Amino acid sequence: MITWLLLTPFVAMLVLLFLPARLSRWWALVAQAAGPLMVAGMSLQFDRAQGYQFVERVPWIPTLGVDYHVAVDGISILFLFLTSAIGFLALLAGWASIQDRVKEYYAMLLLLQAAMYGVFVAQDLLLFFVFFEFSLVPMYFLIGIWGGERRMYAAIKFFLYTLTGSVLLLIGIVALYVVSGARTFDAATLLSSQLSPAAAQWIFWAFFLAFAVKVPMFPFHTWLPDAHTEAPTAGSVILAGVMLKMGTYGLLRFALPLLPQVPDAARIVQLLAVASLIAILYGGLVSLMQNDWKRLIAYSSVSHMGFCTLGLFSLNELGITGSVLQQVNHGITTSMLFLLVGIVYDQRHTREIAAYGGLATRMPNFASLFAIAVFASAGLPLLNGFVGEFTILSGAFQANRAWAYWAIPGIIFGAAYLLWLYQRTMLGRLDNPANEALRDLNAREWLMLAPLAAAAILIGVYPRPYFDLLERPVKALVESLR
Amino acid sequence: MTGYYTSSDNFALLPATLLALFGLAAMFFPRRGGLVLLLMGEGFTGFMLWRQWSFVEANGSPLVAFQGGLTIDGMALFFNAIFVLAAVLCALVSYRYLEIAGEDRNEYYGLMLLAQSGMFFLAAGTELVTMFIGLETMAVSFYILVGFLRADRRSNEAAMKYLLLGAFSTGFLVYGFSLLYGLSGSTRLAEIAQGLARLDPTDPLLLLAVATTGAGLAFKIGAAPFHMWIPDAYEGAPTPVTAYLSVASKAAAFALMLRIFRGPLGDFRDLWQPMAVALAVASLTIGNLAAISQSNVKRMLAYSSVAHAGYILLGIIAGNDMGYRGVLVYVAVYAFMNLGAFLVLVVLRREGIGGESLDDLNGLVKRGPVYAVLMTVFLLSLAGIPPTAGFIAKYYVFAALIEAGQYVLAVAGALYIVVSLYYYLRVVRAMFLSDAGQPLPLAGSWGVRISLAAAALGTIALGIYPEPLLRWVNAC
Repeated sequence: MITWLLLTPFVAMLVLLFLPARLSRWWALVAQAAGPLMVAGMSLQFDRAQGYQFVERVPWIPTLGVDYHVAVDGISILFLFLTSAIGFLALLAGWASIQDRVKEYYAMLLLLQAAMYGVFVAQDLLLFFVFFEFSLVPMYFLIGIWGGERRMYAAIKFFLYTLTGSVLLLIGIVALYVVSGARTFDAATLLSSQLSPAAAQWIFWAFFLAFAVKVPMFPFHTWLPDAHTEAPTAGSVILAGVMLKMGTYGLLRFALPLLPQVPDAARIVQLLAVASLIAILYGGLVSLMQNDWKRLIAYSSVSHMGFCTLGLFSLNELGITGSVLQQVNHGITTSMLFLLVGIVYDQRHTREIAAYGGLATRMPNFASLFAIAVFASAGLPLLNGFVGEFTILSGAFQANRAWAYWAIPGIIFGAAYLLWLYQRTMLGRLDNPANEALRDLNAREWLMLAPLAAAAILIGVYPRPYFDLLERPVKALVESLR
Repeated sequence: MTGYYTSSDNFALLPATLLALFGLAAMFFPRRGGLVLLLMGEGFTGFMLWRQWSFVEANGSPLVAFQGGLTIDGMALFFNAIFVLAAVLCALVSYRYLEIAGEDRNEYYGLMLLAQSGMFFLAAGTELVTMFIGLETMAVSFYILVGFLRADRRSNEAAMKYLLLGAFSTGFLVYGFSLLYGLSGSTRLAEIAQGLARLDPTDPLLLLAVATTGAGLAFKIGAAPFHMWIPDAYEGAPTPVTAYLSVASKAAAFALMLRIFRGPLGDFRDLWQPMAVALAVASLTIGNLAAISQSNVKRMLAYSSVAHAGYILLGIIAGNDMGYRGVLVYVAVYAFMNLGAFLVLVVLRREGIGGESLDDLNGLVKRGPVYAVLMTVFLLSLAGIPPTAGFIAKYYVFAALIEAGQYVLAVAGALYIVVSLYYYLRVVRAMFLSDAGQPLPLAGSWGVRISLAAAALGTIALGIYPEPLLRWVNAC
């Protein structure tokens, strides 16, 4: 089942190359629509009481001890769902605006989709690495070819920054393989092997750096604003919605399990929690200062991902559950925000906040959906962001009260920059004549925004199923950390 | 094993004999058809190599001929397979290239075969004089091939530089060889090992022998600071020759290096390892940093080949099984990906158009999407991005270093991937992201298509399923 999920976008990409260009977007749409359906099918068969499921394992490079080993647990399947949904919606985002080199565009989206699925299902470290690193290539092209004015700079910065992290990850993985003497790259075996304190420490840091760049944690976040801002809408949506989660997912799956063997782990966790807090506060403050609509949302990601890492480093069930949930929430709300910006940008071709104002009078539907996204992102109760942030804060509170206290201003900043953004763009009088021509949402835009809005409300009102889904894997993780 | 020239000697030597005979035939063939003779020669050679392989497999031990002068073992055959592959792929693209350059003469193919017969002795020789003659046969053939474009000043200049510096380095090497002979009293590697074992490891003469041999070999593999000839020779030579030179000649020099430094000098690792580390680090640094600022793609690939020599050296530095296997894997993978990258440049060359500067690649995706995509695959593989074959090669090197406890070198090597990706991406960016100035026609031909397909297949297939290659290497 998982293999089919991985192969569908890849095979669709190969077929796409032989189709006429005018069919390519429809073909890609069909292929991407299959993703959520397949994941939904999987979740119907998924048994919450079990650990890893849908296991497929065949030797891949026996000489090196590498297996093609894929499986999902509660955490993975949640991310798969996010990935498939965001992939589908991102495809809709460029439906009308991408007119140039259409075929290549959809081929890259499909290739990226396959790589992203792989990251969340691989149970073999080298297999994981292959997907993790390969996902950079299509994203490089997406930013570099279809991005904004400074696209070339942003694309190469993105690639080199994250590549620096991933080569360290490779060294870490190989070191873990060699030091453990396990002769297999099976993640579970490697992560539970006995290591010397020094080895555990170095490998932890290698893993940590790789994933911290990807998240990105402060102070490794500098690639993010450029990449997110310059990417085409679909690229921004996928970057924020899915690719940042590869970092947190990696931390959760591969870096945290090493912690018990790392000497002085408590101090390190303290340090990393502080880095998360800095990201929360710094990201919030910088967002307040932005004049560029997309850049503001990009910086808000730094802040929100800070919450996710803070939850992880609480190292308790509440914190980690909240973190995973908040990652999904961030995927939903930030994608929505980027999609909304994209709708306006496609018509006006400027991201300057000052160029807008009073859009609510022209585009009432747009404004209401934007309000949902803003409120969700700011963490208003009854919307998804609240559930995640609240759980993270309770977890952080359990771990260290000071962390929770320091994180709270971040929520306030979040509300401030988001509401201010809303005020500056939507409210007031429509005084810029260029905005007169803006139209409200069309059917396609409704189709891509409504599911996200529905998900935001649904998770906010009734988060129970997600907690249930995460309970078992998170409990297992937390127990292994003791 | 009595007699001067036994039938088993003949059997061991046959690939080289065939190569030399076909080379001479190609050279003196009165009509056009050098390419056909080359392909026939390679076919027979390949068949003989396969026969030797089955013989060695069946016997379970290497075939030693000429009283220890030649050793046909797994390694020798592995390297020779690479030579055959490189020669065939380069020759297939050459005919169109030479036609365009107006130099379509049979000597070209003859020289390629003669060079390859020299390489045979580098991979299979286990005696200093044999190896030296092999090296010179190869080098002299290459001196001429590099300058094959008689009307092109750059080609002439490149040949002259290569010749002068090559002769100089040969001097080093032969000096080192003579010292080894003087110290041990034999020219056969097995006996040299016994002779050297009796020596005091701190003997300054031994150090001198190691240093001069190492310097001569460093020149041949193109490791910094002995890389000065590389950019000029690579840039000036006809592109198919550059490809052949960068892959086959480098591989042959590494084979020679493995024979000597893993064999008789293997016990003196303490003596040469610091030098090797210095060479490797210098190669990685100079190769990668100098490549960044190149505006000529051939020159950039030349510097990148210096960096790759550094990576392969890292495998030898690690000195464990993984490391030596890594050298073989790397050399094989490098053959596919580096040939591929140069072959794409061959396509760009038309009458009066160099097709070598970065600007000539602008907008290639519009003119020849397949070439642009393949070039991207080769470049990503050169950088070591999975799932291409280059990743497996890099993996071996890093794993070997980590096994050997050389963590710093492993991290440094890994970080240089990031640097290298920067300049490889400059090419990708030109091909995909820049607009074409004027649409230049491409010089495609069946030969180029076949060669490119083979190189791409190797680069991708060995990345996705490297198991057969790794098994073969393990059996060597």
